[in-house]
Amino acid sequence: METASNFLNIKDVSTAFKINGQYYDAISHINLQVHHDEILAIVGESGCGKSTLATTIMGLHDPAETKISGEIDFEGTDLLKLDDNGYNNFRGAKIGMIFQDPLSALNPLKRVEDQIREVMDYHTDLTTDEKHEHVLKLLDEVGIVNPKRTAHQFPHELSGGMRQRVIIAIAIACKPDLIIADEPTTALDVTIQAQILDVLRDIQKENHAGIILITHDLGVVAETADRVAVMYAGQIVEEGSAEQVFNTPEHPYTRSLLRSMPQRDNENDDLYVIKGNVPSLQKMPSSGDRFAPRVPWVPASAHEANPVMHEVAPGHEVRCTCYKGFKFPDQKGSVTA
Amino acid sequence: MWKTILRRFLIMIPEVIILSILVFLLAKAMPGDPFTGSINPKADPQQIHHLMKINGLYDPWYQQYWNWVVHLFHGNLGNSYQYQEPVTRLIGGRAANTLWLAFFTMILTYAFALPMGVFAGRHEGKLPDTIIRVYTYVTYCIPFFVILVIGIWIFGYVFGWFPTTGSISAEASGGGWLQTIGSRFYHILLPGILGALFGTVNIVQYLRSEVIDAKGSDYVRTARSKGVPSKDIYRHHIFRNSLLPIAAFAGYSITGLLNGSIFTETVFSYPGMGLLFVNSISYRDYTVITALVLIYGILNLIGTLLSDIILSIVDPRIRIE
Repeated sequence: METASNFLNIKDVSTAFKINGQYYDAISHINLQVHHDEILAIVGESGCGKSTLATTIMGLHDPAETKISGEIDFEGTDLLKLDDNGYNNFRGAKIGMIFQDPLSALNPLKRVEDQIREVMDYHTDLTTDEKHEHVLKLLDEVGIVNPKRTAHQFPHELSGGMRQRVIIAIAIACKPDLIIADEPTTALDVTIQAQILDVLRDIQKENHAGIILITHDLGVVAETADRVAVMYAGQIVEEGSAEQVFNTPEHPYTRSLLRSMPQRDNENDDLYVIKGNVPSLQKMPSSGDRFAPRVPWVPASAHEANPVMHEVAPGHEVRCTCYKGFKFPDQKGSVTA
Repeated sequence: MWKTILRRFLIMIPEVIILSILVFLLAKAMPGDPFTGSINPKADPQQIHHLMKINGLYDPWYQQYWNWVVHLFHGNLGNSYQYQEPVTRLIGGRAANTLWLAFFTMILTYAFALPMGVFAGRHEGKLPDTIIRVYTYVTYCIPFFVILVIGIWIFGYVFGWFPTTGSISAEASGGGWLQTIGSRFYHILLPGILGALFGTVNIVQYLRSEVIDAKGSDYVRTARSKGVPSKDIYRHHIFRNSLLPIAAFAGYSITGLLNGSIFTETVFSYPGMGLLFVNSISYRDYTVITALVLIYGILNLIGTLLSDIILSIVDPRIRIE
């Protein structure tokens, strides 16, 4: 598992939130590696813990309200052992983060240039002029047509796509090794989505960065990701290369997700709907397969008591044994889903 | 930005006209007249009737209003029936007292409120925050005049630290300018502090919740993800953004201060516009009442104008380019 190019090693990380004085796991026992030059997509429904994982890596949780265990090895440093000041040497400099809502993620009272320059103020020794030049260069890199003009504008004067580009410019200002993109295209319309994904891919190629792309949009994943980790209820249920996960999905959850996506060959059928909801933090079962209640036709004996990851192919892992022989109820003949 | 201000200024003109008509009619609608009982209790009704007539008090309202407006533009607000003195001179001296007190109160209010609000918001839920919150709730629950009376009793009477009436001591009014200023300042100290203690409540609560809001906002999370240390996040992001509504509130707070001055001046027998106002109402001194209400009204309009101008300066989103 330890290879030269794998610079982020998440080992057995759990994050628990305090609710009414008790701690509940939002993500539990996550193991993940990110390599240089790759885009790792994390997919799952809302409430699966994708964003919690991102903010845990960034160290953005309030220590008074959360309990984090495990180890996040970033280029030899365990991030979870750092205090806030120590973390600040990584945030912005070596790890950049792109947020979901580009309007609220920018300070409404500061000009674009000031917001981008702020990253450099803390992580570089550039002079004011050099910073100014760099800001214009960054804006150009993320595809802003008139960098000089945009640099002087306030966020409310920009369109949604431009704001997202500014957010990306902030995230890549110091050429970080790791970029975490938390639903970077959710708030944008489809044509802008494609452009933003292109920008991300270009940056990744140029900087040899590793990107964690968090999304619930499987189309985005198929287009951009090299590797995919599927999360359900705070756990990773399937992990593998994009081809493996898309072409030979194994876990019932992955298969359900893919099946609930509109495709050319099923456009006349009703879409598949995964019954039920992701359990809330307080109602998370302490043992057994967390996805079992949503595939009620699978016999209990098919699930493991404490599901673990099983390797089905090199680099392709699946949680629980229930994937073996899994079929949708309608696949035996009945048409209703 | 000049466009915003100019447009805002033009809106004020009809506001002032409507205000002046309302003020005039309301004063006229009050029962009683300025002469009955003021000459002597046994005055001849015929004579009062005559006085009413030569003072134009039987004319139709629009006639009276028009006369009043014409005089207004000549800087003549009429004579006070009670003091037999031109209203302009009567108010002029007191307006300075009131504005001097209001200005001092305002500075104290912000000097108390800003640190308290920011501190409470920053340390939300901790002991200092609880203390500040209890203070604001208690102060908010007590009527202002009760605070004033309690303040006078404790600090003016029991401890004897401050004078309890007037705007200047008898000795100082004959002394040099240094003595005059010193005495005037000494006299506004207690009413100023009490007014500020009361005035802080809204600002502290507002600022506190703004800071708490800003702390959890997305742009603060972005700033943290840039690796900005927490004290700089407060300095560069949270403070300025949470001061925005407070800055906008500053103009309006003039309104509150002037309303408050009516209580303060009455309780402290401080010779300002507020005290004059209360006295004039009990004497049906129409000319003074209408002039004062008009002044208060216009000052309120200016307050809101100021708020809008301040807001358009501090918030780039409001400017009209």
